[in-house]
Amino acid sequence: MGRVKRTLAPYLLVLPGGLWLLMFFAVPMATMLSLSLQEGDIVNGYVFTGHWQTYVEAISDYQTQLIRSLVYGVIATIILIVLAFPAAYWIAFYGGKRKATYLFLLLLPFFVSFVLRTISWRLILTDDGFLLHPLKEAGLLPENFHILGTPAAVIGGLVYNFLPFMVLPIYVALERIDPRVVEAARDLYASPITAFRKVILPLAVPGVFAGVLMTFIPVSSDYVNSEVLGSSSTTMIGQVIQSQYLSSSNYPTASALSFTLMTVLLIGVFAYARALGTEDVMKVAAR
Amino acid sequence: MTATLEAPPTRTVKVRRRFGGVQLMHVYTWLIVLWLVLPIFVMILFGFNDPSGRYNQTWQGFTLKWYRELFALDDLTSALILSLVIAVAASIISTALGTGIGYALGRYKFRGSGGMNLIMFATMSSPELVMGASLLTLFVSLGIGLGPITITIAHVMFSISFVATVVRARVLTLDRSIEEAAADLGANAWTTFWKVTFPIILPAVFSGFMLAFALSVDDFVVTNFTAGTSITFPLWIWGATRVGLPPQVNVMGTLIFAAGVLIAVLTNLKSRPKKNAA
Repeated sequence: MGRVKRTLAPYLLVLPGGLWLLMFFAVPMATMLSLSLQEGDIVNGYVFTGHWQTYVEAISDYQTQLIRSLVYGVIATIILIVLAFPAAYWIAFYGGKRKATYLFLLLLPFFVSFVLRTISWRLILTDDGFLLHPLKEAGLLPENFHILGTPAAVIGGLVYNFLPFMVLPIYVALERIDPRVVEAARDLYASPITAFRKVILPLAVPGVFAGVLMTFIPVSSDYVNSEVLGSSSTTMIGQVIQSQYLSSSNYPTASALSFTLMTVLLIGVFAYARALGTEDVMKVAAR
Repeated sequence: MTATLEAPPTRTVKVRRRFGGVQLMHVYTWLIVLWLVLPIFVMILFGFNDPSGRYNQTWQGFTLKWYRELFALDDLTSALILSLVIAVAASIISTALGTGIGYALGRYKFRGSGGMNLIMFATMSSPELVMGASLLTLFVSLGIGLGPITITIAHVMFSISFVATVVRARVLTLDRSIEEAAADLGANAWTTFWKVTFPIILPAVFSGFMLAFALSVDDFVVTNFTAGTSITFPLWIWGATRVGLPPQVNVMGTLIFAAGVLIAVLTNLKSRPKKNAA
């Protein structure tokens, strides 16, 4: 009896949460996939017809925004790695007793609503704001100079909002490195640069990978930054999907676009994992 | 560092140059922190601004008016209350469900645990946009009306995996011999769990709860898809951006920020005294 109880215990513990995830994560995904292959409208209902042309039309109509989102995503992710690495490196190796304090400082933005911090950037970058106005007055910038509405503003906002998600995983990976390993490399006459390249960098790769996983997907599918900081020439696929669902109620097209976006992002992440030689993405992600 | 004491003079030059790089990185880290904090500072500052027009965009003078009139905008106040109510409900439910999953994954080897890990990983890495959109399609095809309930369902969905991950990490590091000791002293499984195991994993459960609360109260993307005509705090801000944000939003943002930082610092201090004493 006791043994039966013990073998049942994990299932009983997992069941409620597992059912919730099944009902409200897996089933909706399947519903969305099915809806993307249906025809009809919101008033008369939808019928499953396997109409895959919706995908062809949606992709050809919105390829500009789709490609733009991926380009922004890649650029932002590269900038994130470059910006995050030195800070994570310094905190991991030289943070000393204050490591936790520095990490806490990096997490401060999370105590302010995502939408609010993005709007705050608009306030800073606005044409007659306190950053650009004085510079223009002083003649350091041309009168018609502006940042808002440009790709730079959107990518800047994305990098700002997701920086902690890149710093933390890299920090965790670097923090695990035994300083003695680096010392050993130095004792064996590796120059600091060689020691960094041959010892620290390979050990940091899982951290960078986790960081990319945590940033590339949300950055590429974001629509808050391009809506608040961008213009019609920086429209990202997230904005299209959002308005197709919530304004046009064009569910099949919107579902097809969502599914395309997710597939493309997953392919991108797996391709990146293979390029890195990380065979088991799940293992890295689970760590 | 100890190596430098015995190092020949030729090496100290190198060490000194490396020290310069380290200092540079120290300054750099602070610049990153300043950059991250800049918009927060602006948000706090403009909560004290006294704008003449509708747009709270240029500095016009110091006032405490908005702190006095914090709750003057009824729809903003009710949006904030709705956000808090949903966050409490969603974090209680997701903590209960997520703790079960996290405990089971950390403690037992069972068939299906791989699948569970996979679905958790999927919920944490799927684009929020796609999760929100797919929930919308589900609710629409089932004919379920959107509102606070559907928002809560959605928030529980994306929080469970985070709670489970935090709890699992704690359970994995648990020293099983303590439980065995309890069993040796005659405690049955039930007593052992509640008297020994649960108090040990409680900090992780609490962290999971706080994480779920923070995720819920700040969520915009998934909420936007599952809210229907309900308005939460982030949705209200989103809707107001086109007509100009009232300074009350800055004040509320400031107070939430202050409360969040305070709670984080206090819980951190509370878990620390042992180290200080040593």
